[in-house]
Amino acid sequence: MHIVVCIKQVPDTKNVRIDPNTHTLVRQGVESIINPFDLFAVEGALKIKDESGAKVTVMTMGPPQAEEALREVLSRGVDEAVLLSDRAFAGSDTWATSVTLSAAVRKLGDVDLIFCGKQAVDGDTAQVGPEVATLLDIPYATFVKKIEKLDDQYLKVTRQTDDGVEVWKLPTPALITVIKEMGEPRLPSLRHKMRAKKSQIPVWGIGELGLDANDVGLCGSFTQVVRVFSPPRRSDQLLITGTVEEQVEQLFSYLKEAKVPGV
Amino acid sequence: MKAVVDIKKCTICGVCEEVCPFTAITVGETAVEISDECTLCGMCVDTCEFGAISLPEVGTGPGADSGAYSGVWVFAEWRGGEVHKVSHELLGAARQLADKRGVELSAVLMGHQLDEAVATDLIVHGADTVYVVDHPQLDRFTNEAYADVLVDLIRKKRPEILLAGATSIGRSFIPRVAASLKTGLTADCTELDISEEGLLLQTRPAFGGNVMATIVCPHGRPQMATVRPKVMKPIKLPERQGRVEAVAIREGIFSNRVEVLEVIPEQDQTAKLTEADIIISGGRGLGKPENFAILEELAQLMKGAVGASRGAVEEGWITPSHQVGQTGRTVAPTLYMAVGLSGAIQHVVGMQGSKIIVAVNKDPHAPIFDVATCGVVADLFEFMPALIRKIKQERE
Repeated sequence: MHIVVCIKQVPDTKNVRIDPNTHTLVRQGVESIINPFDLFAVEGALKIKDESGAKVTVMTMGPPQAEEALREVLSRGVDEAVLLSDRAFAGSDTWATSVTLSAAVRKLGDVDLIFCGKQAVDGDTAQVGPEVATLLDIPYATFVKKIEKLDDQYLKVTRQTDDGVEVWKLPTPALITVIKEMGEPRLPSLRHKMRAKKSQIPVWGIGELGLDANDVGLCGSFTQVVRVFSPPRRSDQLLITGTVEEQVEQLFSYLKEAKVPGV
Repeated sequence: MKAVVDIKKCTICGVCEEVCPFTAITVGETAVEISDECTLCGMCVDTCEFGAISLPEVGTGPGADSGAYSGVWVFAEWRGGEVHKVSHELLGAARQLADKRGVELSAVLMGHQLDEAVATDLIVHGADTVYVVDHPQLDRFTNEAYADVLVDLIRKKRPEILLAGATSIGRSFIPRVAASLKTGLTADCTELDISEEGLLLQTRPAFGGNVMATIVCPHGRPQMATVRPKVMKPIKLPERQGRVEAVAIREGIFSNRVEVLEVIPEQDQTAKLTEADIIISGGRGLGKPENFAILEELAQLMKGAVGASRGAVEEGWITPSHQVGQTGRTVAPTLYMAVGLSGAIQHVVGMQGSKIIVAVNKDPHAPIFDVATCGVVADLFEFMPALIRKIKQERE
């Protein structure tokens, strides 16, 4: 079985903050991390490798420094890595990203299963996984927390919905997007770290993927950002002080005035 | 490809250098220089008061003849015998878009053994036409059947705009619809408007909710967006007239590679966070798992749900299904009460859409107070029991 995991390097939004005076993004100290959901996807793939044996390939589309993210995942036990990097990829929306990733999966050839995180924490769109599956014309399941191999052809997945859970049976090749409950990502091991350091990571651009520059990146995108602005600050802030009794009284009347149900 | 600087307009003030999240901008001698680090995020464009920076335009792509498309559509999400609230909210927002554009608003209802009243109710909420597709294969949600039916309908009727709720169903199958039709899709919009040329202006949070971005889809049709629940306002006009049209879809469309084996509704009602009107959330400040009982008591009293920060979940005090934030659920209740919760950005992005945010924390510098509409600096172990007593008292 050959499993491909798609990952993304994202700015660590935990450390992003807004300057209270200029209302702009403070970038100082913002580092790149691997999208947390993608690490759950890596873990899901490695679990299958542990249980029934599989080759796991990790792939990412990004600038040359995204290679760092691939090496980190290799050090967790993934077998191979591919970096999709080309100036032509800049400005990709989810469609252009999906075009690029699906071309890379096609180039790899014998892929049985694709794992993605449920969404990337910088864009939060949750679109690339389903769009890659659509472009490859394979079935997919989103928000998966558990995966079992029924036999060589079928998988049983448990997915989280707004209302509860659903159990789906789908044939391979298939794509699944993964949530946190898939399992805590394992840590890098010394042995894999050594291997990761030495690994040759191929870099594929439009030439290797057989894509036209007009079909990827900003040129190949449908959506375009026309304006970016700071969210309006809440001007209705109230601070309640005094003794506990006074605070309770004030909060109670505040909630009552705001017509909060249940007060 | 990178952002473009107009050398004549640039005053080398350096403001853009400060805002670039990717350190791609340096101030040169006569104009700023943009390096290959640029991801075309657009942060600098809006910051430049001299209008010196612009982004290159998106390509025309495989594109569609946009003039051939007309009308606004809303996907009416049918779940467990009723239409999800977000669909009514979307009809309210879409009504305004359709009126502004002077076109028809249609709802698409899919499911099995659908009640006529469910369809006519969509008219009351703003639809002019309701397309109904009733088929056993649509009884349970699957990506393929739902997407392929909608794609078939869109190809026939050609709406210019399609909106769907950013629910676990919408977020799952709508990307398949967009990719099948070769058009753009914007996720999780919180604001929608339409330009004079008919471009849907889709505004959504970006960078983990730190900034808002307005996105357009100039060439692909329909222009597609998912919208977060509880953001738009529903309308209800009982006297509204419209028509219901049953649509027959050719059988081949329903072929499905996925089989739904089981659907298990969540037993734990308190965990139904995304639906709750009131959420009482706790963080590490609660100190130990038993103290969640205080929040549960208040939540029960107010008929709300209990939420938690990642910290509290990581401590094992409460199950992950209660987690609000980036790796948990995104919620937008009428009242969100954050108790003993510091308000790390990863938590805030999951709840900042709430109408009223009350923060109870003994640390006056806790970041949660920045997003709170009402802040209470107090010891939660004194304050919360007193609040519960007060609410009980008032009821009597």
